[in-house]
Amino acid sequence: MIGVIRHRGPDEFGAWRNDRVFLGHARLQIIDPQGGGQPLACAEGRCHITYNGEIFNYIELTRQLADLGHVFRTQSDTEVVVRAYLEWGPRCVDHFNGQFAFALWDDRKQSLFLARDRFGICPLFVTVQGDTLLFASEIKSLKAYPGAVVELDAAAFAEVLTYWANPAPGTVFKNVYQLPPGHIATTGAAQRHRDNPGGLPACLDAVRYWSPSFLPAESDHRQLTAKERARMAGGLREKLENAVSIRLRADVPVGTYLSGGLDSSVVTALAARHHAGDLRAFGLGFADTDFDERSWQQMMSEHVSADLDTVVVGEADLAEGFGAVPWHAESPLPRSAPTPLLALSRHVHDNNFKVVLTGEGADEVLVGYNLFREVKVRHFWSRQPDSLRRPRLLTRLYPHTEKPPLDFLRRFYGKDLDKLDEPLSSHRPRWRNTSAAGFLCPEALESLAAAGVEQRIEDDLPAEFQSWSPISRAQYLEMTLFMSGYLLSSQGDRMLMANSVEGRFPFLDHELVEFAAGIPTAVKLQSLVEKAALKSAVKDLVPAAILDRPKYPFRAPGNKVFLTPAGEGLVTENLLEDGAGWDLWQRSKVTALVDKWRSDRLASARDDLSFLTVLSGRILQADFGQKFEQRVAVLALQPEQIMWRTD
Amino acid sequence: MDTRNAVKDFIIRNFLFGDESGLTSDSVSLLDSGIMDSIGVMELVSFLEIDMKLEVPDTDLVPENLDSVDNLVGYINRRQETRP
Repeated sequence: MIGVIRHRGPDEFGAWRNDRVFLGHARLQIIDPQGGGQPLACAEGRCHITYNGEIFNYIELTRQLADLGHVFRTQSDTEVVVRAYLEWGPRCVDHFNGQFAFALWDDRKQSLFLARDRFGICPLFVTVQGDTLLFASEIKSLKAYPGAVVELDAAAFAEVLTYWANPAPGTVFKNVYQLPPGHIATTGAAQRHRDNPGGLPACLDAVRYWSPSFLPAESDHRQLTAKERARMAGGLREKLENAVSIRLRADVPVGTYLSGGLDSSVVTALAARHHAGDLRAFGLGFADTDFDERSWQQMMSEHVSADLDTVVVGEADLAEGFGAVPWHAESPLPRSAPTPLLALSRHVHDNNFKVVLTGEGADEVLVGYNLFREVKVRHFWSRQPDSLRRPRLLTRLYPHTEKPPLDFLRRFYGKDLDKLDEPLSSHRPRWRNTSAAGFLCPEALESLAAAGVEQRIEDDLPAEFQSWSPISRAQYLEMTLFMSGYLLSSQGDRMLMANSVEGRFPFLDHELVEFAAGIPTAVKLQSLVEKAALKSAVKDLVPAAILDRPKYPFRAPGNKVFLTPAGEGLVTENLLEDGAGWDLWQRSKVTALVDKWRSDRLASARDDLSFLTVLSGRILQADFGQKFEQRVAVLALQPEQIMWRTD
Repeated sequence: MDTRNAVKDFIIRNFLFGDESGLTSDSVSLLDSGIMDSIGVMELVSFLEIDMKLEVPDTDLVPENLDSVDNLVGYINRRQETRP
């Protein structure tokens, strides 16, 4: 199980066991390389922990716990987690500012305690096999357990092809669950919590300790004075500076990702202040100039005297690299973006960096996406549904080159204009528009319908959800579904950790997120200007050209890259040749999709998404099907590579 | 192939990847039923221009002309009648 995920921590492999539990660990040495070996025990021998991630406020917590009488044997944040648990119990997580997933064995309680960070930055999966509860950072590790049955699930596949991710605690595998973000769980509890999320194994008693929360609509609508706005911008800046500062804590060099957009530029600017002109900023360049942002990266790195280190990916790299992505993402992928991100983390690793800060999270927390602008326009329009002028704003949501005719936009976004108060209304146009589930067999679609996914999402919403403004509601859904389920995994942790690189995300500092949630929506999305509050808080940090640059989502070239020889090979092997797993699909439709692609007519975003999703789904089937044993065999550790902990 | 069948054949091939059951009637709205997305209209216009050899001015890009098989057939017939 450890060897299969050795990419997450190739520096040291450790294990500990007693008569009831086995803990394993693959370590990426970042803080206290000498003292922080794992699994780690407390001095009293009561607790043992295996832990992935970072508690960024560990220095402050060490002081606080020392004042309470705790004695520390190491300089590591791992020991802080254990001492915090001993002091505060399972709610120790309330004290942590960080990203983490851990399992802690409490010998006194004879109970295993599992915890996952607030946003789901670090993954944590569980399954019950026979009478054994297994947990791991990646599903492939669970599947590698001798005798474990871990198979793809047709309904869950259809779920990803429609919603781009499995709502927690689901995964695309049968009987494998993720501990949802912001949750803790224990085994052996006498009584289960009432809000225990459905679906988790019955032996786990789980409880949500944190979730995003927003202002009630009436407070959100209040008008702010110029002074109040300035105070909020100042407060946001302070939170951001602190979030970056504590995320630079490491005993190894820390770099940044610089895309050329506002968010990564802000992070790079603030990180550069802690460096004497020697901050390394890693950027991606595309041979296809439609996607290339190197000139913006250059402008920003010069602005803050950072050392820009760019890796340029061409079409052949993208096609070839795509084949490796599903193994790491452990899910079908609606986008091509993970592939260049995998190439970038490899470059970071090859340059001996283990940690990067990125701008992930800003669009969700500070209202950057088009989806939020769309919500605003639709609500504005719904108040005068017969207006001819109001829907004209829809044309401002699209980049010029992709603008569909207004009458069609009106027809498309005007659907269900009278149902905007329904909880999921913000996301329904996207789900309706981009589903690739139609390529799956009828049985999978029937299972999807029977699973009542949208009802489950609704049932899981916080009680106060409907009291929030429409944009806050959309933010909540975006953060809990797409950000946690896709962005932070398939474009985040998995593509970083595949090459032993840890990503840190200052915009997902929970103190910053809570502060931002208290800023009225109209300040964050001013008219239709996205991230207006952020722009006002950081205008001295980045060049005006980047500050005023229209939102440019990170994209990579799509289906066209597979017209290269490497891509053709991947398509032929996975979409045309006979093989296992075709019973999950309507093969004639897949063949028609490939024919359309060959004729160079996959111009629409929906076709592009279908092509990528189906191709990655087929690769995933092979990786976790007929190829699995072979893949795992070469990763197994030799006994002498594992350091057994006896304390 | 007559106009109606050519239009249906294009929609089934291009938007439904051969799945005829997805087109339940000739009057169903392509947008409302999810057969076509708002960007897909570009492909539809390309079909009219390239395969049907019509000129499609911007003013004609309205659902009344393009959003169902019936509307499309009516539109194509009208355009062909007025073609010099």
